[in-house]
Order: sequence, then structure tokens, then C-alpha cells
Amino acid sequence: MKIAIASGKGGTGKTTVATNLAFYLAGRGRKVIYADGDVEEPNGHLFLKPQWDKTVNVPVKIPLIDESLCDHCGLCSDICRYNALAVLPDKAMVFASLCHSCGGCYHICPRKAITEIDRTIGIMKSGTGSGVTAYEGRLNIGEAISPPVIKFLKGHLKKADFTIIDSPPGTSCPVIEAVRDADFVVLVTEPTPFGLHDLKLAVEMIRKLGLAFGVVVNRYGVGDDRVHDYCRDEGINILLEIPNDRKIAEACAAGNLIVETLPQYAAHFENLLQNILHARRTTGVRV
Amino acid sequence: MKIAVSSTGNSPDAAVDPRFGRAAYFIIYDTQTDQFVAIDNVQNLQAAQGAGVQAAQTVARQKVDVAISGNFGPKAFATLNAAGIKTALWAGGTVKDAIEQAKSGRLQFATRANVEGHWV
Repeated sequence: MKIAIASGKGGTGKTTVATNLAFYLAGRGRKVIYADGDVEEPNGHLFLKPQWDKTVNVPVKIPLIDESLCDHCGLCSDICRYNALAVLPDKAMVFASLCHSCGGCYHICPRKAITEIDRTIGIMKSGTGSGVTAYEGRLNIGEAISPPVIKFLKGHLKKADFTIIDSPPGTSCPVIEAVRDADFVVLVTEPTPFGLHDLKLAVEMIRKLGLAFGVVVNRYGVGDDRVHDYCRDEGINILLEIPNDRKIAEACAAGNLIVETLPQYAAHFENLLQNILHARRTTGVRV
Repeated sequence: MKIAVSSTGNSPDAAVDPRFGRAAYFIIYDTQTDQFVAIDNVQNLQAAQGAGVQAAQTVARQKVDVAISGNFGPKAFATLNAAGIKTALWAGGTVKDAIEQAKSGRLQFATRANVEGHWV
């Protein structure tokens, strides 16, 4: 079962929920993969502390223009909606950081002057930590386009009983790439006006994708009741409430897993699991 | 000599547009014929990215020798430079003022981009 942990707002506790759920499930004897898809700032490793066994480069395709074949007709530049090509009267230029690797220029070139070459934009690491098989995608500093790293990461995961995808925050392309084929999406939020605002955006996105989902309210006790009111009115399951407990904040700040250092919270993650399984059975969406 | 000036309007009386990639128009002036042509840059105004690259391509296809604007980003500068087009910074005043400045040979040409790129 593939569970994606996402949120609208950043800093709500995606990685806290993802790493603790992964660790909890592994402790119950399940084969678990934790995949850190928050490739612009992967931090699950801080908690699972994996021993990385393998690191591979993540490539994307970019055009290489053979000036000896190019007649500077400009068709490649015209078709590129990302403005990654400039065709001057006697020179063609590629701006690799703008390229989305669609291959349009390569296909349209009438003189076959364009070949596609690999460009490394990030890395993927894999290993084991805290009983969990861990993977991490990491976008290189200075790169702007992260979905290819997330796609590569997801394409290289082995089989497991549970695959936990730690997603980036927000509701744009990187998140869509991270959650799109999940069996269930957990949206982590906090009971604040900002948390609610971004939760609504995330719910809208997940509904458009037609995925089964539920909400985890983190730091329950701060803010107000509006997240709960919203979920009730929208018929959204609240899968888990994590109390606003200073001990949890201290454990996280020290890089510790809550389930390990505060065993009283293990039952919370069992509840989360049961609620996910129950919600999946009853929602009827992509089960 | 052909000169391209980023412009807020479609005539040489308009103010110089301080942005190159996302200028409203380019006024192309030919010193030999004393003629002006205005080129609409609307597609780049709405571009998500790469406006400087495409604006530079637009200007290069007009076979100009000099481009004048308030600011040039790194990709616009690289593209213009590759096309052999000199870039000069000129802020304030009208397109006509900028052209007079160029004709009198008082323009300072840039050797690198003067502003950072946006996003990427």
C-alpha cells in the first residue's frame, strides 16, 4: 500500500508523521519503505538516520544542437513554451535550467540537428535506517525543476508492504508528482488560520486527482476549531490528532522519533493506520 | 547602425521601459534611414520564464547593433552578447532621448548583466 504524506502549508509535520508511521509499521514487522520526495529539502534522514548504501545521479534530457546541421530556422525556439532556446541569426543557444525535457525541439527539428543528452539535476540515495528501507531524492542547489527527481525516486522503489512517500509542501507540480499514484493521501495540517487556508487548497487538489484522503491535525490545542469545523462540513475524516505537547517538539528538535522516545504515542500511530485502512475501505475512491 | 530600445509604448516619445525581457515594446531605430519600427513584446510579458531569452531573440532577429534598456538579466545579456549586440543601460527619459544619446556616442556599454535572473 502506497501512502503519501502531504500538506498545503509547510512545516505542519509531514516528515514527523511520515517517519514515525514508517518506524511504527516496521516495528510491527512490516516491510516498509520511506521515500523522501521533498527533494528541495529532504529531512527524513534526520529522524530515520539511514546508512546510505547507494547514490545515483538523476538525469533529465536536454537538447544539444549541432551547429553544423542547424540552419537557424527557429522552429525549436517557437515550439518551446518554456523559452529554453534562443535561435539567433547565426547561433542557437540552449538554456538548460529552463528546459522541461518535453522533447518538442528534438522532434520538430527538420534538419535533425538536435540530439538529446543527459544532464544531472539531482541525486537519489538508498539505504536502511531504524528498520526502514529509506530512499531520498535531492535536487541539486541552483536547480529549479524538481518533479523529474521525484519521478525518478518513485520509479526506483522496491516492493514493500507499506510505501510511505514524504511529499513536498504546497499544491503545485512537485506535490502532484509525489502523490499522483498513492493509494491514500494523508494531509497534515495545524489548527491555525494559515493551516486551514492551505488545507483547503490541498483538499481541492487531492479531490481533483480523485484520490482517497484524510487529515492529521498536528499541534492540536493551539489555534482554534476551524479546521475541525471545515472537516466536519466537508465530510473529511480526521485520522489523528497529535497534541501540542512540548515533549514532542523537544524530541523532534533532537532528531528523535516520537514513537521511540515517547512510547505513549505509539497508540496514536496504530490509530492512524487503522483509520487509513478503514477510510480506504469505506470511501470507495481508487481502492 | 540599428538600435533597439525597450519601451513602455509603441512610439519613440514613450518612456524607456526599465525592464528588458518584460518590456511592453521594443522600438527599433535605423540611423541610416531615420525610421522607427515598434515591436510588440506582449507574449514575453506573460511568459512564466525565459522572457529575457525570447526578448533577446526578438531583438537579435531585427539584426540590431545596440540594445538599450534600464536593466539586463543574465540570460538576456548572454543571448545578446552571443548575437554580437552591445548592451547599454539607460534609465529615465524617452526612447528618443536614449537614441540621441546613442547617436552622440555617449552611451556606456555594459560588460555583464546588471541584475539577477528571476526564479532561474
